[in-house]
Amino acid sequence: MTEQNVKVKLMTGNEACAEAAIVAGMRFFGGYPITPSSEIAEVLAHRLPEVGGVFVQMEDELASMATIIGASLAGVKSMTATSGPGFSLMQENIGYASMTEVPCVIINVQRGGPSTGLPTLPAQADVMQARWGTHGDHSIIVVAPSTVRETYDWTIKAFNLTEQYRIPVVVLLDEVIAHVNEKMVIPEPKTITIIDRKRSTESPDTYQPYRQNDSDIPLFADFGTGYRYNVTGLSHDETGFPTNDPQKINVLYSRLSRKLERYQDQIIEYKTEYLEDAEICIVAFGSSARSAYRAVRLAREQGIKVGMFQLFVIWPFPYKILGRLASQIKAFIVPEMNLGQIAHEVSCAIKSDVIKVNRVDGNLITPKEILERIKNVSV
Amino acid sequence: MGFRFEFRLSGAGGQGLILAGKILAEAAAIYDGKNATQSQSYGPEARGGSSRSEVIVSDEEIDYPKAVNIDLLLCFTQEACDKYSRDINKNGILLIDSGFVTNVPKGDFRIYSLPITEIAEKEVGKNLVANLVALGMITALTKVVSKEAVESAILSRVPKGTEELNINAFNIGFDKVTAQSK
Repeated sequence: MTEQNVKVKLMTGNEACAEAAIVAGMRFFGGYPITPSSEIAEVLAHRLPEVGGVFVQMEDELASMATIIGASLAGVKSMTATSGPGFSLMQENIGYASMTEVPCVIINVQRGGPSTGLPTLPAQADVMQARWGTHGDHSIIVVAPSTVRETYDWTIKAFNLTEQYRIPVVVLLDEVIAHVNEKMVIPEPKTITIIDRKRSTESPDTYQPYRQNDSDIPLFADFGTGYRYNVTGLSHDETGFPTNDPQKINVLYSRLSRKLERYQDQIIEYKTEYLEDAEICIVAFGSSARSAYRAVRLAREQGIKVGMFQLFVIWPFPYKILGRLASQIKAFIVPEMNLGQIAHEVSCAIKSDVIKVNRVDGNLITPKEILERIKNVSV
Repeated sequence: MGFRFEFRLSGAGGQGLILAGKILAEAAAIYDGKNATQSQSYGPEARGGSSRSEVIVSDEEIDYPKAVNIDLLLCFTQEACDKYSRDINKNGILLIDSGFVTNVPKGDFRIYSLPITEIAEKEVGKNLVANLVALGMITALTKVVSKEAVESAILSRVPKGTEELNINAFNIGFDKVTAQSK
């Protein structure tokens, strides 16, 4: 193979996700195979031992999620991959990771649901579950790439985000992106930014795992390196031990939610196209965004002033940014493979109704379906 | 907008359509320097259910990765042919395995009816490589991807030790169409 062939590959989203995780420094995977995410586990079962990492197939998704929290507490970047039914089972421990601020990445390759639903067909119906699947007010970050290359980039960014903010990060893929083979130019390793969690340099004798600091993000200490501390899903104080003291409980909860609020401008990312003079705006994410781009390009050829707003980060949701757009745009169209989960958030942001294009029959929304709505609005 | 060509390879699970699609996409994307995507749709069964593999080749970035206006449709089963022939573009190509598809649809497209699986069995010696025979025919019929590129992609994708068999199947398919159109 020539040098060029090594860098340009035909890859699926699942393969790109697995390779990118290794580039990000992920060295522990605990999971249970499930369509349409199984190739992520398949690739990592081969690749992780090659780079000195550990791959464990667990008995179920509850245990899978528990292993990645444990491995991460030992200082190893960790992830799991699943689909709807498995994602449901992971919710309890996702809450634990959020409460204990243990960095971890959960890949959810969405398929039709609820329940076992449509194992081999795509959907985008886990938007709300990704945000609110576990109980209680909690912090979580959710990202949604739309191409194989974006899957590569956003898997790396997911690790950077979870390491930086100590908030679990969910990568929402769907069957289309997971299984499409696409030309992929693999980026030079030296052009990739890798972020590691900030670690304490304090003596283990005085270290407190949740001590307040200016960043609101406590300094981490790896288990097994001489630091001994308590980790609990119970409401805890700066020492990590449970507390029922209302004042201390407030300190914890306000810091956990403030983390997401104060850093949201750094976390939120999106991409726009043709928005400068647009009167109609499509808001889309994941594989539906690909249909939307085609519809926008076809409409532009016909002289219709339509633009595109692609969400890369779904949660935190860019309410303010979309709200500011509302004065310029006369209609928002939201295509998604669910019955209107993101449409609802866009509607909140612009304080008005949106035009929904929904499909839940296991097929990707076609550009034609979106184009028809664009034409209806523009006349 | 730029050049965009849509292939759909359809039939039953186990006929190697997904592999054929991957080879075609890899030939276009890696060896011919174009853009390409390959996607598939399949049922929960491993074999026997319907199978569909789609390839888009373009000279620009591919947004929508599915085939909607098909330029080439390959059908290995009557069911697939009945279901998909209406999606063929005007002046598009329909390639059918005459051993399986006997009820040939009418439409504004060119039809090539050839005993693909029989050719694989009798002339290559293995019906298993009918997918590669079909790939040779597709390459010759559409000229969207170069013969050399497909050969390189075959060598990189097929299992070790089967290279000669697969290349031979591909060439036999390619030559059948070339001979017929002369």
